[in-house]
Amino acid sequence: MHEPKSKSGEARGNDDLILSVEDLAVHFPVGGGLLGGNRRVLRAVDGVDLELKRGECLGLVGESGSGKSTVALSILGLLAPTRGRIVLDGQVVTSRPAVDRKALARIVQIVFQDPYASLNPRQTVRRTLEDPLRVHGVASKSEIEDRVATMLRHVGLRPEQAGRYPHEFSGGQRQRIGIARALILNPKIVICDEPVSALDVSIRAQIINLLLELKDTLGLSYIMISHDLGVVEHMSDRVAVMYLGRIVENGDWREIFERPAHPYTQALISAIPDPLHHAPLATTGGDLPNPLNPPNGCAFSPRCRYAEDVCRHEPGPALETRPDGHAVRCWRSEEIAGRMASTSTESAHP
Amino acid sequence: MKLRANLIIGGALFALAILVGVLAPWLAHTDPVMDANLMNAEEPPSWTWWFGTDDQGRDIYSRVVYGAQVSLTVGIVSQLINSVIGVALGLSAGYWGGWWDDVVNALTNVMLAIPSLIFALAIMSVLGPGLTSLLIALGLTNWSFTCRIARASALSLRSQGYVQAATVLGYGDLRIMMTQLLPNMLGPIVVIATLGMGSAVLSEAALSFIGLGVRPPFPSWGSMLSDARDQITTAPWLSVFPGLAIFLTVLGLNLLGDGLRDILDPQSRSRRT
Amino acid sequence: MTGAPLIEVEDLRIDIGDGRSRVAAAEGVSFRIDRGETFGLVGESGCGKSITALALIGLLRPPLSIGSGVIRFDGHEIQHLSAAAQRDLRGNRIAMIFQEPMTALNPVSPVGRQIAEMFVLHKGKSWREANKLAVEALASVRVPAPERRVNDYPHQLSGGMRQRVMIAIALACGPDLLIADEPTTALDVTVQAEIIELMRNLCAERGTAILMISHDLGLVANVCRRVAVMYAGRIVEERGSTDIFRAPSHPYTKGLVDSLPRLGSRAALGRSRLKEIAGVVPAIANFPDGCRFNPRCASATDICRSVVPTADFLEAGGLVRCHHHA
Repeated sequence: MHEPKSKSGEARGNDDLILSVEDLAVHFPVGGGLLGGNRRVLRAVDGVDLELKRGECLGLVGESGSGKSTVALSILGLLAPTRGRIVLDGQVVTSRPAVDRKALARIVQIVFQDPYASLNPRQTVRRTLEDPLRVHGVASKSEIEDRVATMLRHVGLRPEQAGRYPHEFSGGQRQRIGIARALILNPKIVICDEPVSALDVSIRAQIINLLLELKDTLGLSYIMISHDLGVVEHMSDRVAVMYLGRIVENGDWREIFERPAHPYTQALISAIPDPLHHAPLATTGGDLPNPLNPPNGCAFSPRCRYAEDVCRHEPGPALETRPDGHAVRCWRSEEIAGRMASTSTESAHP
Repeated sequence: MKLRANLIIGGALFALAILVGVLAPWLAHTDPVMDANLMNAEEPPSWTWWFGTDDQGRDIYSRVVYGAQVSLTVGIVSQLINSVIGVALGLSAGYWGGWWDDVVNALTNVMLAIPSLIFALAIMSVLGPGLTSLLIALGLTNWSFTCRIARASALSLRSQGYVQAATVLGYGDLRIMMTQLLPNMLGPIVVIATLGMGSAVLSEAALSFIGLGVRPPFPSWGSMLSDARDQITTAPWLSVFPGLAIFLTVLGLNLLGDGLRDILDPQSRSRRT
Repeated sequence: MTGAPLIEVEDLRIDIGDGRSRVAAAEGVSFRIDRGETFGLVGESGCGKSITALALIGLLRPPLSIGSGVIRFDGHEIQHLSAAAQRDLRGNRIAMIFQEPMTALNPVSPVGRQIAEMFVLHKGKSWREANKLAVEALASVRVPAPERRVNDYPHQLSGGMRQRVMIAIALACGPDLLIADEPTTALDVTVQAEIIELMRNLCAERGTAILMISHDLGLVANVCRRVAVMYAGRIVEERGSTDIFRAPSHPYTKGLVDSLPRLGSRAALGRSRLKEIAGVVPAIANFPDGCRFNPRCASATDICRSVVPTADFLEAGGLVRCHHHA
């Protein structure tokens, strides 16, 4: 249990913020070992700043290896950051020597991608939902039963189904159970890690609607991690784009999707196939660079069609926030921002 | 559907052995120790003496029936000790990793490097013969395989979504290991335990055969074989029947282990549809 | 529709299970692909799209088998060919690439050797010649520094590079048909765009027809000229790819098109509740009677629950299997 004192002591003025991540870095040593060898450092996350407002959904976008999952794991307290701090609901959770896992559990939870691997096959739904309550000191049997039944109804399952095992449910229903488990402790923040990408296409809309509904009825804040930009656009209030461990662009969803300013964001958006046009897809060239051996200069420069000398030799600039809250990390964003707008507006405005 | 013959036959043999051990006082014709009568020494099998008699005139059938108690107690209890040690070490090592994992790994390797029967012999020679020492000796020397399997399962289960979810929900390590990891690795552990019981029965026989097991005159299958050594040509029934009992019990346990592996193997469970 | 089609599937039924417990995992599957055409097969997991592809390339293995129907390739029936004849067809004239190139490539053999093997096996080249051709093949799929890359093992390559190698292997012998089963599902979007473009361009240059299999209707509609949508083992709609997205006719297709949040739709329409398709995807063992979509269909009537709809031609072109289609 945390005392209210620490809450007021740590509050950072802006009461709207439920989460702020400041200069977060997570580095992993790679190679080496007892006999030495060349030990290198993988900078999975390298100086990330994020803010999540109460009741909002922050979309976190990027390709595999961009560090978005590492950020999520750090917020959940599953990974110790190398540097930086994370403030959750007014409490600094990174400053303590050991994370108070139980206190953290009541603030932030996660919905996993794979509803098949994320439920214990040997536990009934009831056990999956009751155990957390017991761990967190809910002793009254009737209260436990009550909360489990209410939660099952919230996620669109019937309380009578609680005695069943996960394999008796379909993928969509399993994901509903996963959501119920994440919400059973009444957390304030839910991290949705690709919550629909393992589901059948015809089931996805059900889960997206459910997540949005729950967010409003329960007053939740979301971090939505996905590579499906359509889903991110639909769900997010703000969007942060990550590339190779850093945020390259951050802003209001409309800004990001209608006036993307970073060449990488533009590349991501234009790589989405347009079903109505039998047109070639825009290609970027090359793969994601090896994060153990990042390129000189801006990390995106080897794949960027706007790259100039400055991009290839100077490290990427700081994330520069414009007055409207749209932040970009690019040497040439001023010139580039306009170019994409002219091509993307036609699809955005019917 | 394929008939799971090994499961049924193995289970039946094992169940029979346990039944015989439990019901020994009622099944036996005579007291296995006290009813020695030199008048009846070395009678071959007959309607009166089903399995014949030994050189002291004791009924072999009754001694085999009572011997089941010793053999199965040793098999089950010592394997239980092994399983508990192996799971505790392997599960914690796989889940926590780090220096503890290194320690457990080193210990396992040492255990694997020394033949377990030799190790058990060494312990027995310190503790002296007897049922308790037998249980301790065999219970402390055969956990390395269980430990390896438990550690490997824990390593792979640790990254499963539901284990991460339990961590995020604020479960303690012990609870995570007991409720999330253990139930999901039980299948292979049970299989190993079944097979291990078979080898414990054999080890008991071997140790009793060389005189380190249960003290005579109380019968165990191994000590009966040991006693029968000299008369194997003149009175073969002395060795045939305890030998058969060992053979059938171990066969049953091995078949049971194989059968359990077939149904508990996660590969054979369908994940989707 | 002129000239003989390259491949023609007629009333194909694929069974799962053995003698006593045999169920149709796919049935009544008919379509044709012309030379050089791009054709898409779209559906969810378990709808039968992947096993249909495996049947075309002769890779169905027990418990799956062809129950009935005809597969005609270049005018010849191939559904009952001997294993040897199928092997000869496979790789040589019909090639396939898979979702996860790491499992489709041999991990202990350099990628160059795996490409060269195709030339040795199907074209009777010597290893020396074949190795040279392998370098050219790698260059054609735009792998940088191909003469060095031929010596790499699959694990040394990125996912995108591996899929390029798969394409090089598949196209090595100049097949008439390339079957691509979820070729980019495991890849990131920017890499997906490159692989798709590569596949599209190479096949167009060489006149290779593509049968693309995917759960992603948007991607298939972009890549292919014609699209067939499968649901629970049957083709429910087959249309030109732009038509199927603009004016889907089958309620299932309509549901799919409407249910997915598409880029730009929120800006245009605001964040409304997505249209859901109710219910769950049926398992093979308990496909419903009549139209298999009826338990999830808002406009289902009695006839839908009892009578299997026939495939009707649409005026706008294409086929639909629905009693109440628009």
